[in-house]
Amino acid sequence: MLDRRNKTLTTISILILALIMLPLVLVVITSFNNESSISLPIKGFTFSWYANIFQEPDFITGFETSLVVALIASGLALLIGIPAVYALTRYHLQHASWFQSFFLSPTLIPEIVIGFALYQAVVINLRTPVFISLIIGHFLLCLPYVIRLITASMLLMDSHIEEAGWICGCSPQKGFFLIVLPNIKTSIIAAFMMCFINSFNNIPISLFMNGPSITMLPPAILNYLQNNYDPTVSAISVLLMVFTALMMFLVEKAIGIKKITE
Amino acid sequence: MNRKSAVWLLVPAFMGVLVFTFFPLIEIAIPTFQNRNGFFLLYAQFLKSSYNWQVIGRTFLIAFVTVMIVLILGLPISLWIGRQKTAVRQVLNLLILFPMLTNAVVRNFAWIIILGHDGIINKFLLALHLIKSPLDILYTDAAIIIGSVYLFLPIMINSLVGSVAELNVEIEEAAAILGSNPWHTLFKVVIPQLAPGILTGCILVFAGSMTAYTTPQILGGNRHLVLSTLIYQQAMTLGNWKNASVIALILIIISAFSMWIMRRVSHHLDRRPSNA
Repeated sequence: MLDRRNKTLTTISILILALIMLPLVLVVITSFNNESSISLPIKGFTFSWYANIFQEPDFITGFETSLVVALIASGLALLIGIPAVYALTRYHLQHASWFQSFFLSPTLIPEIVIGFALYQAVVINLRTPVFISLIIGHFLLCLPYVIRLITASMLLMDSHIEEAGWICGCSPQKGFFLIVLPNIKTSIIAAFMMCFINSFNNIPISLFMNGPSITMLPPAILNYLQNNYDPTVSAISVLLMVFTALMMFLVEKAIGIKKITE
Repeated sequence: MNRKSAVWLLVPAFMGVLVFTFFPLIEIAIPTFQNRNGFFLLYAQFLKSSYNWQVIGRTFLIAFVTVMIVLILGLPISLWIGRQKTAVRQVLNLLILFPMLTNAVVRNFAWIIILGHDGIINKFLLALHLIKSPLDILYTDAAIIIGSVYLFLPIMINSLVGSVAELNVEIEEAAAILGSNPWHTLFKVVIPQLAPGILTGCILVFAGSMTAYTTPQILGGNRHLVLSTLIYQQAMTLGNWKNASVIALILIIISAFSMWIMRRVSHHLDRRPSNA
Protein backbone atom coordinates (compact mmCIF):
# COMPACT_ATOMS: atom_id res chain seq x y z
CA MET A 1 0.00 0.00 0.00
CA LEU A 2 1.14 3.54 -0.67
CA ASP A 3 1.86 4.99 2.71
CA ARG A 4 4.85 6.25 4.67
CA ARG A 5 6.10 2.68 5.20
CA ASN A 6 6.37 2.01 1.46
CA LYS A 7 10.12 1.90 0.74
CA THR A 8 10.00 2.95 -2.93
CA LEU A 9 7.77 5.91 -2.14
CA THR A 10 9.99 6.93 0.77
CA THR A 11 13.16 6.78 -1.35
CA ILE A 12 11.66 8.80 -4.18
CA SER A 13 10.22 11.37 -1.79
CA ILE A 14 13.48 11.87 0.10
CA LEU A 15 15.29 12.37 -3.22
CA ILE A 16 12.75 15.00 -4.27
CA LEU A 17 13.03 16.68 -0.89
CA ALA A 18 16.82 16.76 -1.30
CA LEU A 19 16.33 18.30 -4.74
CA ILE A 20 14.24 21.03 -3.11
CA MET A 21 16.66 21.76 -0.28
CA LEU A 22 20.06 21.21 -1.93
CA PRO A 23 20.17 24.27 -4.22
CA LEU A 24 19.56 26.54 -1.24
CA VAL A 25 22.27 24.76 0.77
CA LEU A 26 24.69 25.33 -2.12
CA VAL A 27 23.94 29.06 -2.02
CA VAL A 28 24.81 29.11 1.68
CA ILE A 29 28.11 27.27 1.06
CA THR A 30 29.21 29.55 -1.79
CA SER A 31 28.59 32.64 0.34
CA PHE A 32 31.63 31.71 2.48
CA ASN A 33 34.02 31.14 -0.43
CA ASN A 34 37.19 33.24 -0.32
CA GLU A 35 37.54 33.20 -4.11
CA SER A 36 36.13 36.08 -6.10
CA SER A 37 33.84 33.96 -8.27
CA ILE A 38 30.94 31.76 -7.27
CA SER A 39 32.19 28.19 -7.46
CA LEU A 40 32.16 24.90 -5.67
CA PRO A 41 33.89 23.27 -3.89
CA ILE A 42 35.03 26.31 -1.93
CA LYS A 43 38.76 26.83 -1.39
CA GLY A 44 38.73 28.77 1.86
CA PHE A 45 36.44 30.38 4.37
CA THR A 46 35.61 34.06 4.70
CA PHE A 47 32.88 36.39 5.91
CA SER A 48 34.04 39.22 3.66
CA TRP A 49 31.16 38.86 1.16
CA TYR A 50 28.74 39.61 3.95
CA ALA A 51 30.71 42.77 4.72
CA ASN A 52 30.61 43.54 1.00
CA ILE A 53 26.79 43.72 1.08
CA PHE A 54 27.06 46.85 3.18
CA GLN A 55 29.36 48.44 0.59
CA GLU A 56 26.50 48.30 -1.93
CA PRO A 57 24.21 51.28 -1.29
CA ASP A 58 21.52 49.74 -3.53
CA PHE A 59 21.20 46.77 -1.20
CA ILE A 60 20.84 48.89 1.93
CA THR A 61 18.42 51.48 0.57
CA GLY A 62 16.71 48.72 -1.45
CA PHE A 63 16.04 46.77 1.72
CA GLU A 64 14.65 49.84 3.45
CA THR A 65 12.41 50.78 0.52
CA SER A 66 11.16 47.21 0.07
CA LEU A 67 10.37 47.02 3.77
CA VAL A 68 8.50 50.34 3.85
CA VAL A 69 6.56 49.64 0.64
CA ALA A 70 5.58 46.16 1.85
CA LEU A 71 4.39 47.52 5.21
CA ILE A 72 2.37 50.38 3.71
CA ALA A 73 0.87 48.31 0.89
CA SER A 74 -0.12 45.48 3.26
CA GLY A 75 -1.64 47.92 5.74
CA LEU A 76 -3.53 49.72 2.99
CA ALA A 77 -4.85 46.44 1.55
CA LEU A 78 -6.20 45.49 5.00
CA LEU A 79 -7.68 48.95 5.58
CA ILE A 80 -9.53 48.90 2.26
CA GLY A 81 -10.11 45.15 1.95
CA ILE A 82 -11.65 44.37 5.37
CA PRO A 83 -14.58 46.85 5.06
CA ALA A 84 -15.27 45.55 1.54
CA VAL A 85 -15.34 41.94 2.76
CA TYR A 86 -17.54 42.97 5.69
CA ALA A 87 -20.05 44.55 3.33
CA LEU A 88 -19.99 41.55 1.00
CA THR A 89 -20.44 38.92 3.70
CA ARG A 90 -22.91 40.68 6.04
CA TYR A 91 -25.32 42.70 3.92
CA HIS A 92 -26.63 40.17 1.38
CA LEU A 93 -25.98 42.67 -1.38
CA GLN A 94 -27.00 42.01 -4.94
CA HIS A 95 -24.11 40.92 -7.18
CA ALA A 96 -21.98 40.15 -4.12
CA SER A 97 -20.20 37.31 -5.93
CA TRP A 98 -19.53 39.59 -8.89
CA PHE A 99 -17.78 42.06 -6.58
CA GLN A 100 -15.85 39.22 -5.01
CA SER A 101 -14.50 38.16 -8.44
CA PHE A 102 -13.81 41.77 -9.34
CA PHE A 103 -11.65 42.23 -6.24
CA LEU A 104 -9.74 39.04 -7.06
CA SER A 105 -9.32 39.99 -10.71
CA PRO A 106 -5.81 41.52 -10.36
CA THR A 107 -4.55 37.95 -9.83
CA LEU A 108 -5.73 37.06 -13.35
CA ILE A 109 -3.55 39.73 -14.94
CA PRO A 110 0.12 38.72 -15.26
CA GLU A 111 2.19 40.75 -12.78
CA ILE A 112 4.56 41.92 -15.49
CA VAL A 113 1.55 43.41 -17.34
CA ILE A 114 0.27 45.12 -14.17
CA GLY A 115 3.71 46.63 -13.68
CA PHE A 116 3.99 47.75 -17.29
CA ALA A 117 0.45 49.20 -17.49
CA LEU A 118 0.82 51.03 -14.16
CA TYR A 119 4.16 52.43 -15.21
CA GLN A 120 2.71 53.84 -18.39
CA ALA A 121 -0.63 55.04 -17.03
CA VAL A 122 0.38 56.23 -13.58
CA VAL A 123 4.07 57.13 -13.70
CA ILE A 124 4.39 58.42 -17.27
CA ASN A 125 0.93 59.80 -18.05
CA LEU A 126 -0.21 61.02 -14.62
CA ARG A 127 3.32 61.89 -13.45
CA THR A 128 2.66 60.22 -10.12
CA PRO A 129 5.82 59.94 -7.99
CA VAL A 130 7.48 56.55 -8.34
CA PHE A 131 7.10 55.79 -4.63
CA ILE A 132 3.31 56.30 -4.70
CA SER A 133 3.09 54.17 -7.85
CA LEU A 134 5.01 51.40 -6.10
CA ILE A 135 2.54 51.50 -3.22
CA ILE A 136 -0.37 51.31 -5.70
CA GLY A 137 1.16 48.35 -7.55
CA HIS A 138 1.91 46.46 -4.37
CA PHE A 139 -1.55 47.27 -3.01
CA LEU A 140 -3.04 45.52 -6.06
CA LEU A 141 -0.78 42.57 -5.35
CA CYS A 142 -1.94 42.41 -1.71
CA LEU A 143 -5.69 43.06 -1.99
CA PRO A 144 -6.63 39.57 -3.31
CA TYR A 145 -4.91 37.89 -0.33
CA VAL A 146 -6.91 40.08 2.07
CA ILE A 147 -10.18 39.43 0.25
CA ARG A 148 -9.64 35.67 0.13
CA LEU A 149 -8.41 35.08 3.69
CA ILE A 150 -10.77 37.53 5.43
CA THR A 151 -13.81 36.30 3.48
CA ALA A 152 -13.09 32.74 4.59
CA SER A 153 -13.00 33.69 8.26
CA MET A 154 -15.97 36.09 8.06
CA LEU A 155 -18.04 33.23 6.67
CA LEU A 156 -16.90 30.98 9.50
CA MET A 157 -17.74 33.55 12.17
CA ASP A 158 -21.24 33.21 13.58
CA SER A 159 -23.06 36.45 12.72
CA HIS A 160 -25.41 35.92 15.66
CA ILE A 161 -22.62 36.97 18.02
CA GLU A 162 -22.60 40.40 16.40
CA GLU A 163 -26.39 40.58 16.36
CA ALA A 164 -26.44 39.74 20.07
CA GLY A 165 -24.19 42.73 20.61
CA TRP A 166 -26.58 45.02 18.70
CA ILE A 167 -29.55 43.77 20.73
CA CYS A 168 -27.66 44.59 23.91
CA GLY A 169 -27.30 48.16 22.69
CA CYS A 170 -23.97 48.05 20.93
CA SER A 171 -23.75 50.36 17.90
CA PRO A 172 -22.82 48.75 14.55
CA GLN A 173 -19.51 50.62 14.53
CA LYS A 174 -18.67 49.58 18.05
CA GLY A 175 -19.78 46.04 17.24
CA PHE A 176 -17.43 45.93 14.28
CA PHE A 177 -14.43 46.96 16.34
CA LEU A 178 -15.23 45.09 19.56
CA ILE A 179 -16.85 41.93 18.19
CA VAL A 180 -15.99 41.35 14.52
CA LEU A 181 -12.33 42.38 14.43
CA PRO A 182 -11.29 40.33 17.49
CA ASN A 183 -13.06 37.31 16.02
CA ILE A 184 -11.19 37.49 12.71
CA LYS A 185 -7.89 38.54 14.31
CA THR A 186 -6.06 35.38 13.23
CA SER A 187 -6.94 35.77 9.58
CA ILE A 188 -6.03 39.47 9.68
CA ILE A 189 -2.54 38.51 10.86
CA ALA A 190 -2.37 35.74 8.26
CA ALA A 191 -3.44 38.12 5.48
CA PHE A 192 -0.96 40.73 6.62
CA MET A 193 1.90 38.22 6.59
CA MET A 194 1.00 36.90 3.14
CA CYS A 195 0.73 40.46 1.80
CA PHE A 196 3.99 41.48 3.38
CA ILE A 197 5.99 38.46 2.17
CA ASN A 198 4.63 38.62 -1.38
CA SER A 199 5.11 42.34 -1.65
CA PHE A 200 8.63 42.15 -0.23
CA ASN A 201 9.58 39.39 -2.68
CA ASN A 202 7.87 40.86 -5.74
CA ILE A 203 9.93 41.55 -8.83
CA PRO A 204 7.77 42.17 -11.94
CA ILE A 205 5.87 45.14 -10.51
CA SER A 206 8.85 46.70 -8.73
CA LEU A 207 11.01 46.30 -11.81
CA PHE A 208 9.13 48.90 -13.84
CA MET A 209 8.93 51.38 -11.01
CA ASN A 210 12.63 51.56 -10.25
CA GLY A 211 13.15 55.27 -10.58
CA PRO A 212 16.55 56.94 -10.46
CA SER A 213 16.02 57.73 -6.78
CA ILE A 214 14.19 54.56 -5.74
CA THR A 215 15.51 51.02 -5.66
CA MET A 216 13.76 47.94 -4.38
CA LEU A 217 15.83 45.06 -3.03
CA PRO A 218 14.88 42.18 -5.42
CA PRO A 219 15.50 44.25 -8.59
CA ALA A 220 18.74 45.51 -7.03
CA ILE A 221 19.94 41.92 -6.55
CA LEU A 222 18.83 41.02 -10.08
CA ASN A 223 20.73 44.00 -11.40
CA TYR A 224 23.86 43.15 -9.40
CA LEU A 225 23.70 39.55 -10.60
CA GLN A 226 23.63 40.67 -14.22
CA ASN A 227 26.71 42.86 -13.84
CA ASN A 228 28.84 40.96 -11.32
CA TYR A 229 29.31 37.32 -10.55
CA ASP A 230 30.79 37.23 -7.08
CA PRO A 231 29.65 35.63 -3.80
CA THR A 232 28.07 38.90 -2.61
CA VAL A 233 24.90 37.60 -4.30
CA SER A 234 25.20 34.38 -2.29
CA ALA A 235 25.68 36.36 0.90
CA ILE A 236 22.65 38.59 0.41
CA SER A 237 20.66 35.49 -0.63
CA VAL A 238 21.56 33.91 2.70
CA LEU A 239 20.42 37.03 4.55
CA LEU A 240 17.11 36.89 2.65
CA MET A 241 16.72 33.23 3.62
CA VAL A 242 17.35 34.13 7.26
CA PHE A 243 14.74 36.87 6.85
CA THR A 244 12.23 34.33 5.44
CA ALA A 245 12.95 31.92 8.29
CA LEU A 246 12.43 34.74 10.79
CA MET A 247 9.08 35.62 9.21
CA MET A 248 8.01 31.98 9.35
CA PHE A 249 9.02 31.80 12.99
CA LEU A 250 6.99 34.92 13.79
CA VAL A 251 3.92 33.55 11.97
CA GLU A 252 4.26 30.23 13.76
CA LYS A 253 4.47 31.97 17.16
CA ALA A 254 1.60 34.35 16.43
CA ILE A 255 -1.01 32.18 14.72
CA GLY A 256 0.54 28.88 13.58
CA ILE A 257 2.05 28.63 10.13
CA LYS A 258 -0.77 26.43 8.82
CA LYS A 259 -3.08 29.45 8.71
CA ILE A 260 -1.28 31.14 5.85
CA THR A 261 -1.17 28.15 3.52
CA GLU A 262 -4.85 27.31 3.57
CA MET B 1 -26.39 50.48 9.17
CA ASN B 2 -28.49 50.05 6.09
CA ARG B 3 -27.52 48.70 2.71
CA LYS B 4 -26.73 52.11 1.34
CA SER B 5 -23.95 52.65 3.84
CA ALA B 6 -22.74 49.11 3.14
CA VAL B 7 -22.15 50.16 -0.44
CA TRP B 8 -19.77 52.85 0.81
CA LEU B 9 -17.62 50.18 2.40
CA LEU B 10 -17.16 48.68 -1.06
CA VAL B 11 -16.30 51.90 -2.85
CA PRO B 12 -12.59 52.25 -1.93
CA ALA B 13 -11.71 48.68 -2.94
CA PHE B 14 -13.85 48.93 -6.07
CA MET B 15 -12.28 52.21 -7.16
CA GLY B 16 -8.80 50.95 -6.32
CA VAL B 17 -9.10 47.95 -8.62
CA LEU B 18 -10.99 49.83 -11.31
CA VAL B 19 -8.69 52.86 -11.46
CA PHE B 20 -5.40 51.05 -11.05
CA THR B 21 -5.98 47.73 -12.81
CA PHE B 22 -8.57 48.28 -15.51
CA PHE B 23 -8.02 51.91 -16.50
CA PRO B 24 -4.27 51.38 -17.09
CA LEU B 25 -5.05 48.29 -19.17
CA ILE B 26 -7.53 50.26 -21.27
CA GLU B 27 -5.02 53.07 -21.52
CA ILE B 28 -2.33 50.80 -22.94
CA ALA B 29 -4.85 48.99 -25.14
CA ILE B 30 -6.31 52.01 -26.96
CA PRO B 31 -3.16 53.17 -28.81
CA THR B 32 -2.58 49.65 -30.14
CA PHE B 33 -5.83 49.89 -32.13
CA GLN B 34 -5.32 53.44 -33.45
CA ASN B 35 -3.95 52.94 -36.94
CA ARG B 36 -4.90 54.50 -40.22
CA ASN B 37 -4.39 51.24 -42.03
CA GLY B 38 -6.52 49.00 -39.87
CA PHE B 39 -7.78 48.24 -36.43
CA PHE B 40 -5.65 45.17 -35.79
CA LEU B 41 -2.63 46.21 -37.86
CA LEU B 42 -0.11 46.04 -34.98
CA TYR B 43 -1.40 42.65 -33.93
CA ALA B 44 -1.24 41.34 -37.49
CA GLN B 45 2.32 42.65 -37.77
CA PHE B 46 3.30 41.01 -34.50
CA LEU B 47 1.83 37.67 -35.53
CA LYS B 48 3.48 37.81 -38.95
CA SER B 49 6.96 37.46 -37.55
CA SER B 50 8.23 33.92 -37.16
CA TYR B 51 10.49 35.09 -34.33
CA ASN B 52 7.44 36.15 -32.31
CA TRP B 53 5.78 32.80 -32.95
CA GLN B 54 8.93 31.18 -31.63
CA VAL B 55 8.56 33.24 -28.45
CA ILE B 56 4.87 32.31 -28.11
CA GLY B 57 5.70 28.65 -28.74
CA ARG B 58 8.48 28.73 -26.16
CA THR B 59 6.15 30.35 -23.61
CA PHE B 60 3.63 27.52 -24.07
CA LEU B 61 6.24 24.77 -24.20
CA ILE B 62 7.89 25.90 -20.95
CA ALA B 63 4.54 26.15 -19.14
CA PHE B 64 3.39 22.76 -20.43
CA VAL B 65 6.59 20.82 -19.68
CA THR B 66 6.87 22.53 -16.28
CA VAL B 67 3.36 21.43 -15.30
CA MET B 68 4.06 17.85 -16.37
CA ILE B 69 7.34 17.58 -14.43
CA VAL B 70 5.93 19.36 -11.38
CA LEU B 71 3.02 16.90 -11.36
CA ILE B 72 5.24 13.82 -11.74
CA LEU B 73 7.57 14.98 -8.94
CA GLY B 74 4.85 16.49 -6.77
CA LEU B 75 2.47 13.54 -6.60
CA PRO B 76 4.70 10.94 -4.88
CA ILE B 77 6.16 13.34 -2.32
CA SER B 78 2.70 14.72 -1.52
CA LEU B 79 1.41 11.18 -0.93
CA TRP B 80 4.37 10.55 1.34
CA ILE B 81 4.12 13.82 3.29
CA GLY B 82 0.34 13.64 3.55
CA ARG B 83 0.56 10.25 5.22
CA GLN B 84 3.18 11.00 7.84
CA LYS B 85 2.28 11.31 11.51
CA THR B 86 1.15 14.84 12.33
CA ALA B 87 4.42 15.95 13.97
CA VAL B 88 6.59 14.75 11.06
CA ARG B 89 4.15 16.22 8.56
CA GLN B 90 4.37 19.63 10.20
CA VAL B 91 8.16 19.63 9.91
CA LEU B 92 8.02 18.53 6.26
CA ASN B 93 5.41 21.19 5.51
CA LEU B 94 7.80 23.80 6.89
CA LEU B 95 10.56 22.49 4.61
CA ILE B 96 8.23 22.85 1.61
CA LEU B 97 6.97 26.26 2.71
CA PHE B 98 10.44 27.72 3.20
CA PRO B 99 11.44 27.76 -0.49
CA MET B 100 7.92 28.96 -1.38
CA LEU B 101 8.39 32.08 0.73
CA THR B 102 12.01 32.66 -0.30
CA ASN B 103 12.66 35.28 -2.95
CA ALA B 104 12.51 33.98 -6.54
CA VAL B 105 15.82 35.70 -7.37
CA VAL B 106 17.52 33.58 -4.72
CA ARG B 107 15.90 30.37 -5.94
CA ASN B 108 16.83 31.00 -9.56
CA PHE B 109 20.32 32.16 -8.68
CA ALA B 110 20.91 28.79 -6.99
CA TRP B 111 20.51 27.14 -10.39
CA ILE B 112 23.17 29.35 -11.96
CA ILE B 113 25.57 27.76 -9.47
CA ILE B 114 24.44 24.32 -10.58
CA LEU B 115 23.94 24.74 -14.34
CA GLY B 116 26.56 27.33 -15.30
CA HIS B 117 29.75 26.71 -17.31
CA ASP B 118 31.66 26.72 -14.06
CA GLY B 119 28.76 25.00 -12.29
CA ILE B 120 28.54 21.76 -10.39
CA ILE B 121 27.13 19.63 -13.19
CA ASN B 122 29.82 20.67 -15.67
CA LYS B 123 32.61 20.29 -13.09
CA PHE B 124 31.36 16.86 -12.20
CA LEU B 125 31.11 15.67 -15.80
CA LEU B 126 34.53 17.15 -16.63
CA ALA B 127 36.10 15.44 -13.63
CA LEU B 128 34.69 12.13 -14.80
CA HIS B 129 36.03 12.83 -18.33
CA LEU B 130 32.56 12.32 -19.72
CA ILE B 131 32.77 15.63 -21.58
CA LYS B 132 35.76 17.58 -22.94
CA SER B 133 34.34 21.09 -22.71
CA PRO B 134 31.56 22.49 -20.49
CA LEU B 135 28.01 21.93 -21.74
CA ASP B 136 25.75 24.90 -22.43
CA ILE B 137 22.96 24.18 -19.99
CA LEU B 138 22.45 27.64 -18.59
CA TYR B 139 20.66 30.14 -20.86
CA THR B 140 18.63 27.48 -22.66
CA ASP B 141 14.94 26.54 -22.65
CA ALA B 142 15.88 23.56 -20.49
CA ALA B 143 17.36 25.87 -17.86
CA ILE B 144 14.14 27.92 -17.78
CA ILE B 145 12.12 24.71 -17.37
CA ILE B 146 14.38 23.49 -14.54
CA GLY B 147 14.09 26.86 -12.80
CA SER B 148 10.30 26.96 -13.25
CA VAL B 149 9.93 23.42 -11.90
CA TYR B 150 11.98 24.42 -8.88
CA LEU B 151 9.88 27.54 -8.40
CA PHE B 152 6.48 25.87 -8.69
CA LEU B 153 7.03 22.38 -7.23
CA PRO B 154 6.45 23.57 -3.63
CA ILE B 155 3.17 25.19 -4.70
CA MET B 156 1.94 21.92 -6.21
CA ILE B 157 3.05 19.91 -3.15
CA ASN B 158 1.39 22.40 -0.84
CA SER B 159 -1.91 22.17 -2.70
CA LEU B 160 -1.79 18.34 -2.87
CA VAL B 161 -0.72 17.48 0.70
CA GLY B 162 -4.00 18.80 2.08
CA SER B 163 -6.08 16.60 -0.25
CA VAL B 164 -3.90 13.56 0.49
CA ALA B 165 -4.40 13.97 4.23
CA GLU B 166 -8.16 13.86 3.68
CA LEU B 167 -8.10 10.57 1.75
CA ASN B 168 -9.70 7.60 3.43
CA VAL B 169 -7.06 4.87 3.59
CA GLU B 170 -9.74 2.21 4.05
CA ILE B 171 -10.81 2.63 0.43
CA GLU B 172 -7.32 1.63 -0.69
CA GLU B 173 -7.29 -1.27 1.75
CA ALA B 174 -10.58 -2.40 0.26
CA ALA B 175 -9.05 -2.23 -3.23
CA ALA B 176 -6.05 -4.26 -2.05
CA ILE B 177 -8.28 -6.90 -0.46
CA LEU B 178 -10.19 -7.16 -3.73
CA GLY B 179 -6.91 -7.98 -5.48
CA SER B 180 -5.76 -4.62 -6.82
CA ASN B 181 -1.96 -4.20 -7.00
CA PRO B 182 -0.40 -0.94 -5.70
CA TRP B 183 0.02 0.59 -9.19
CA HIS B 184 -3.54 -0.21 -10.12
CA THR B 185 -4.71 1.25 -6.80
CA LEU B 186 -2.68 4.39 -7.41
CA PHE B 187 -4.15 5.08 -10.83
CA LYS B 188 -7.69 3.79 -10.30
CA VAL B 189 -8.33 4.69 -6.67
CA VAL B 190 -5.92 7.32 -5.33
CA ILE B 191 -5.42 9.66 -8.30
CA PRO B 192 -9.13 9.91 -9.18
CA GLN B 193 -9.85 10.97 -5.60
CA LEU B 194 -7.08 13.58 -5.79
CA ALA B 195 -8.22 14.87 -9.20
CA PRO B 196 -9.69 18.18 -7.97
CA GLY B 197 -6.48 19.05 -6.07
CA ILE B 198 -4.28 17.95 -8.97
CA LEU B 199 -6.24 20.07 -11.44
CA THR B 200 -6.20 23.14 -9.20
CA GLY B 201 -2.45 22.73 -8.77
CA CYS B 202 -1.94 22.31 -12.52
CA ILE B 203 -3.89 25.49 -13.32
CA LEU B 204 -1.88 27.45 -10.74
CA VAL B 205 1.45 26.16 -12.03
CA PHE B 206 0.55 26.57 -15.71
CA ALA B 207 -0.63 30.15 -15.33
CA GLY B 208 2.29 30.96 -13.05
CA SER B 209 5.05 29.57 -15.24
CA MET B 210 3.48 31.03 -18.36
CA THR B 211 3.55 34.57 -17.01
CA ALA B 212 6.66 34.36 -14.79
CA TYR B 213 9.31 36.97 -15.44
CA THR B 214 12.19 36.28 -13.06
CA THR B 215 13.04 32.73 -14.11
CA PRO B 216 13.30 33.29 -17.88
CA GLN B 217 15.15 36.52 -17.17
CA ILE B 218 17.80 34.91 -14.95
CA LEU B 219 18.09 31.45 -16.51
CA GLY B 220 17.09 32.11 -20.12
CA GLY B 221 19.35 35.01 -20.98
CA ASN B 222 18.74 37.37 -23.88
CA ARG B 223 18.35 34.82 -26.62
CA HIS B 224 15.63 32.70 -25.03
CA LEU B 225 12.84 35.20 -24.56
CA VAL B 226 9.31 34.35 -23.49
CA LEU B 227 6.35 36.73 -23.73
CA SER B 228 6.94 38.29 -20.30
CA THR B 229 10.63 39.00 -20.90
CA LEU B 230 9.80 40.22 -24.41
CA ILE B 231 7.40 42.81 -22.92
CA TYR B 232 10.12 44.13 -20.65
CA GLN B 233 12.71 44.18 -23.43
CA GLN B 234 10.40 46.01 -25.84
CA ALA B 235 9.34 48.56 -23.22
CA MET B 236 12.46 49.26 -21.21
CA THR B 237 15.37 48.31 -23.48
CA LEU B 238 14.00 49.28 -26.89
CA GLY B 239 11.51 51.92 -25.77
CA ASN B 240 8.89 50.50 -28.09
CA TRP B 241 5.84 51.11 -25.91
CA LYS B 242 3.19 50.24 -28.46
CA ASN B 243 4.78 46.92 -29.24
CA ALA B 244 5.11 46.15 -25.54
CA SER B 245 1.40 46.94 -25.12
CA VAL B 246 0.50 44.61 -27.99
CA ILE B 247 2.47 41.78 -26.38
CA ALA B 248 0.99 42.56 -22.95
CA LEU B 249 -2.53 42.20 -24.32
CA ILE B 250 -1.62 39.03 -26.20
CA LEU B 251 -0.18 37.58 -22.96
CA ILE B 252 -3.38 38.44 -21.06
CA ILE B 253 -5.55 36.84 -23.73
CA ILE B 254 -3.39 33.71 -24.03
CA SER B 255 -3.14 33.15 -20.27
CA ALA B 256 -6.83 33.84 -19.63
CA PHE B 257 -7.82 31.56 -22.50
CA SER B 258 -5.52 28.75 -21.28
CA MET B 259 -6.92 29.00 -17.76
CA TRP B 260 -10.47 28.94 -19.12
CA ILE B 261 -9.71 25.80 -21.17
CA MET B 262 -8.08 24.11 -18.18
CA ARG B 263 -11.06 24.96 -15.97
CA ARG B 264 -13.42 23.50 -18.59
CA VAL B 265 -11.33 20.34 -18.82
CA SER B 266 -11.16 20.05 -15.04
CA HIS B 267 -14.95 20.36 -14.72
CA HIS B 268 -15.26 17.70 -17.37
CA LEU B 269 -12.82 15.33 -15.64
CA ASP B 270 -14.10 15.99 -12.15
CA ARG B 271 -16.87 13.46 -11.82
CA ARG B 272 -17.82 14.10 -8.23
CA PRO B 273 -21.59 14.37 -7.81
CA SER B 274 -21.39 17.95 -6.47
CA ASN B 275 -20.06 19.16 -9.79
CA ALA B 276 -22.35 17.13 -11.98
